[in-house]
Amino acid sequence: MSFLELNKVTKIYPNGTKAVHETSMNVENGEFMVFVGPSGCGKSTLLRMIAGLEDITEGNINLDGILINKVDPSERDVAMVFQNYALYPHMNVYNNLAYGLKNRGISKEDIEKKVNEAAKLLQISEYLQRKPSMLSGGQRQRVAMGRAIVRSPKIFLFDEPLSNLDAKLRIQMRLEIKKLQQKVGVTSIFVTHDQVEAMTLADRLAVINNGLIEQLGTPIEIYNNPKSMFVAGFIGSPQMNFLEGELKNKTLTSEGFEINNVTSDFNGPVILGIRPEHMSQTDKGLINLSVDLVEQLGSDNLIYGEIKNKKDFCFRCSGSQIIKKGSKLSLNINDNNYYVFDKSNGNRVN
Amino acid sequence: MIRYFSSNFSHLILLIGIFIMIIPVWLIFASSTHTASIINTQGLQFFLGDKFLENYTKVLLYEGGFFKEITALKMFLNSFLMATGVAFVSVISSLMTAYVLVYFRVKYATLLFWIIFITILVPLELRIFPTYSVMSTLNLVNSYWGLIIPISASAIATLFFRQFYKTIPDELLESAKLDGANTWRFFIDFLVPLSKTMIVAMFIFMFVFGYNQYLWPILVTSSEQYWTVVMGLKMMSGSIVNKFAFVIMSMIPPVLIIIVLQKYFIKGIFQDK
Ligand SMILES: Nc1ncnc2c1ncn2[C@@H]1O[C@H](COP(=O)(O)OP(=O)(O)OP(=O)(O)O)[C@@H](O)[C@H]1O
Ligand SMILES: [Mg+2]
Repeated sequence: MSFLELNKVTKIYPNGTKAVHETSMNVENGEFMVFVGPSGCGKSTLLRMIAGLEDITEGNINLDGILINKVDPSERDVAMVFQNYALYPHMNVYNNLAYGLKNRGISKEDIEKKVNEAAKLLQISEYLQRKPSMLSGGQRQRVAMGRAIVRSPKIFLFDEPLSNLDAKLRIQMRLEIKKLQQKVGVTSIFVTHDQVEAMTLADRLAVINNGLIEQLGTPIEIYNNPKSMFVAGFIGSPQMNFLEGELKNKTLTSEGFEINNVTSDFNGPVILGIRPEHMSQTDKGLINLSVDLVEQLGSDNLIYGEIKNKKDFCFRCSGSQIIKKGSKLSLNINDNNYYVFDKSNGNRVN
Repeated sequence: MIRYFSSNFSHLILLIGIFIMIIPVWLIFASSTHTASIINTQGLQFFLGDKFLENYTKVLLYEGGFFKEITALKMFLNSFLMATGVAFVSVISSLMTAYVLVYFRVKYATLLFWIIFITILVPLELRIFPTYSVMSTLNLVNSYWGLIIPISASAIATLFFRQFYKTIPDELLESAKLDGANTWRFFIDFLVPLSKTMIVAMFIFMFVFGYNQYLWPILVTSSEQYWTVVMGLKMMSGSIVNKFAFVIMSMIPPVLIIIVLQKYFIKGIFQDK
């Protein structure tokens, strides 16, 4: 039995919106699970059902062997970090952390010990007497984390906690959250729509689309082996290139080139997906790219250009290579790293 | 430059307003320190006389009414009890009503709220006979509760608290819930401290409202024991200077309550920032 089990969980809002469809999944003890997907796909809804903040329309949720469908959120022993932190504005940082402990009837000395420990871990000891309004965004973020950690709950839930921070702080906090989770070892679920956050934080990743889990797996599994066009396009940056094509008797024809011996029995219109980093320059390559734009990131160059009818085709190469706008490149796909999807439903066929 | 001018200008307007309001009060106060004969022959006085102590002690201890059962001191006590009672009961009841309307899954909460709100259009004076009969059935005629309860349901205060609660983000309730707060704790630990400033403001408002009641206390009390200051203003017999002295004293409690509570009021505003 897993630590957290979702069994055919469905959510239909009173206004008829079906936000989550029959979702089933397991989260193991100590695991860091990330829900990733575009805006409005139902990530928050799923998380809030686990927290008990939304009713479950159908299905079951088990936490630590207990069916929690009807358990009040205050009794579930879960902690949540909200996007806007939801700190208690009238309490100082110390009381923000202590509040949940007080409600559990823990003695004053124990509370003080736990709060001080958590504050030290998060480096907010010097702000304990301040009100949240006197803290910076990053410090508030830490307080919100501290409030979750101090209670040592069964599970941490994060709903896009980093999206209010600036880019640099976001990367820093991302690292700290991961480190902290490894140190504390509490099972965590993290919701984000940022695929980089998802890839870097997750032990396992659930890519959600329209209220359905499209794929569940480790980040690298999902990156290497996306099951659908949606997942392939969502995970990986810059995005995978998609080309229209036709697959017939294991031969794929697309935008002026052919790939033979495709490992698929599918026949019909397909979409060919190639990641920008899975190509390299050769003399007589498959793909002929005329360069429109070069983005120099320092370590890498992102080359955008045209191949036959396809605009904005992206190719990634080392930053040391100097490529000029208007030049023509000849590219090959490395090690057959390409993906073929059924055009009608987006399912992977190779 | 413009700011300098406009702030001076607004000060000027404020000063004019203060004068218009202060001068009559001062005239009554100055007159109340003279003998009655001076007022009767020479009219209102602008400068202080020498009968301050004499007139004021006489008023405070004078036994008024038909049966000589009531002194001004007792009237002050009655008024104070009534005003504080009204302020407490109405603040607490409207805090809780607003809590239920905003946070509980009450069917037709908005409709209910508007029904409560409509009572503003039906002041006590309009429903005075049914209210009296309710109070007499409850045996509350001639009692402090009889003075307090009928005017303690405040739609205005409920409106203010409701609008304020609606501005509190849902996440606050949600994270409080996850922190183990039940319904009661959320009210006590969150809503009450967060609306502190508004509670004080409403308390002042309702205190003055209760203190100023006239018609209702007259109806619901037949015993002189329950006379209030505002009733006393009308019922008071005695010479004109004594009446003046009583008028001046009757203004003190509301002013005092504002001065005392204003500190908390302002402190609250600054802390919230
Ligand atoms: N209270 C509600 N009543 C009705 N529909 C809702 C409610 N809350 C959310 N929805 C709908 O449910 C769907 C899923 O919403 P949800 O908030 O879970 O999305 P999300 O994946 O968290 O998106 P985002 O990344 O923008 O936060 C959306 O279509 C949304 O419009
Ligand atoms: Mg969301």
